[in-house]
Amino acid sequence: MFACLHGSGNLTALAFEFSPLVEQTAPDTVTLDVSGLERLFGFPQDVAAAIARRAAEIRVKVHIALAANPDAAICAARGGVPSGPGISIVPQGDEAKFLGPLPLTLLAPSPELLETLERWGIRRFRDLAALPPLGIAERLGPEGLRLRELARGEADRKLVPLDPPLEFEDQIELEYPVELLEPLAFLLARLLNGLAARLATRALATDELRLRLKLENRATYERTLRLPVPSLDTKALLKLLQLDLAAHPPEAPIVRVWMGMNPVKPRAAQGGLFVPIAPEPVKLELTLARIQAIVGEGRVGSPELIDTHRPGEFRMVRPGWDRRSPFVVCQLVLRVFRPPRAASVAMASGQPGFVAADGIRGKVLELAGPWRTSGDWWTSNPWARDEWDIALSDGALYRIYREPRGWFVEGSYD
Amino acid sequence: MRAAVLKKQFESVLGGHLDWQSRPMPELVPSGISGIGLPRGCLTEIIGPASSGRTSLLVAILAAATAREEVCALVDAEDTFDPLSAAAAGVRLPRLLWVRCSHNAEHALKAADLLIQGGGFGLVAMDLGDTPSNAARRISLTSWFRLRRGVEHTPTVLVTVARQSNARTCASLVLECARERVTWSGTRGTSQLLRGMRVRAGRPLGPTERSKTCSPVFTAVAI
Repeated sequence: MFACLHGSGNLTALAFEFSPLVEQTAPDTVTLDVSGLERLFGFPQDVAAAIARRAAEIRVKVHIALAANPDAAICAARGGVPSGPGISIVPQGDEAKFLGPLPLTLLAPSPELLETLERWGIRRFRDLAALPPLGIAERLGPEGLRLRELARGEADRKLVPLDPPLEFEDQIELEYPVELLEPLAFLLARLLNGLAARLATRALATDELRLRLKLENRATYERTLRLPVPSLDTKALLKLLQLDLAAHPPEAPIVRVWMGMNPVKPRAAQGGLFVPIAPEPVKLELTLARIQAIVGEGRVGSPELIDTHRPGEFRMVRPGWDRRSPFVVCQLVLRVFRPPRAASVAMASGQPGFVAADGIRGKVLELAGPWRTSGDWWTSNPWARDEWDIALSDGALYRIYREPRGWFVEGSYD
Repeated sequence: MRAAVLKKQFESVLGGHLDWQSRPMPELVPSGISGIGLPRGCLTEIIGPASSGRTSLLVAILAAATAREEVCALVDAEDTFDPLSAAAAGVRLPRLLWVRCSHNAEHALKAADLLIQGGGFGLVAMDLGDTPSNAARRISLTSWFRLRRGVEHTPTVLVTVARQSNARTCASLVLECARERVTWSGTRGTSQLLRGMRVRAGRPLGPTERSKTCSPVFTAVAI
């Protein structure tokens, strides 16, 4: 048994709700195999009524026809011969009689053939169906025979199936709200394993994992995990989700869990024999998430300098291993005190003579400065300071600075 | 018994007595300072007081490792790393993972352990340079042993920076930094400039040793 939907709207989505075997016959026509649906709905009329009800729910205007073969269903749906409101049921064995009143133009014959048939006075299915096949074969050739078969509702063929849209989503409706992350992990694992298996059967991986939780207070809580490279490592994904939810817990118990994965092709790369080692991306992501859970958010990453003269300005970015040509110089580097230590400075001859701060105390033996710098005076957050490099009697070298708020020790040279 | 027979057969074929107990020396990687090599798969300690050049040595090691296109990690217990100085010293910041532990040595140990277990890093450095001595000494020998076992048989170099040696027998190499002199230029009060620092880095002296004239010396140039 086949059904044909002819109309406007998202016909394929409607068809996939009833059958996995769907053919996109034309932009406004979809044919589907509904064999077996009788056991679910009853008679063919009930199957058609169920489709019509669903079409009305999703606001799709459609004419539905059911027949024993796809082409008869298509002709009936396009012809719109109703046996109810928007429904045509072609009785098995009586296709020729049922389709007889339809105009031949529905079969879309070639213009020459249509003109010939017009001259013969053949304008409807029943006229063509009544002609002898031998005579049609002699005069009109194979196309004529094919049209006669269609007109009699006898043409049989296999559907050309349409691949269902690749959507990797799943959800679990919970019978009772889940408050703790540990029981939630079992549900997440179930969703993850199912989605990963579906991706694996299509040789796909994911680079984005979306989690949507419906909470008991009717709010929706969403989290998105983006991976640096596509992966299907369910253990790593589950651990990442657990760490993310532990860092950002939902505000109320969870009543529904929805999960979606973005399907992408897995990245295949062959490592070189002489390429230096580097952490495996997904494993690194997991390690970073674990460290972030210990030291806090925004405190793990690669430092990136900002194009400004303001001292101590940088930002943390996700690590990405670049390959630029190197140069190495042994430089004297600064150990920065974060936050800077407030200092008391005694001046001698206009220069610092004695410095005291938390853990630092001594007479200035050598100094270089002041180095006067300022910037961002055109913004609401200007800065200005005088810097000195000093050698104290405690044996260490420091950088100190003075700004409108007072004196500070910025760090020590080491 | 069979093992002894097999040993004898091997020795007769290879011609001579073989040292069956010794293990191969670990591969030494350049540190960026002439005369200092760091063993892979081992724990190296860099020790010294403030302004002794230990951070300059660490940054030179990081610069050399990133120049070899290795991925490095710096676990910064006291959040003292200065990206600007490091970039000027040649550290490729995009190849460096920086973990800021905000004055917590325990977090630093956990982070270093996770990084080592994760694998794939050419160098993992743990900076305890400004951690108070008593806090650094409280780190149990078991923790150091765990870190040493973590890097064993891996190509990772584990480096720690501290005021004094904490890992004791777990460290395969200890480099003690001592400042020889600070170079200033110009006239004091008018045009004086900090030019750099001359640092001697070598293994700590034993009770019977007097001088370490053989230790490598390097000059850290001020930016």
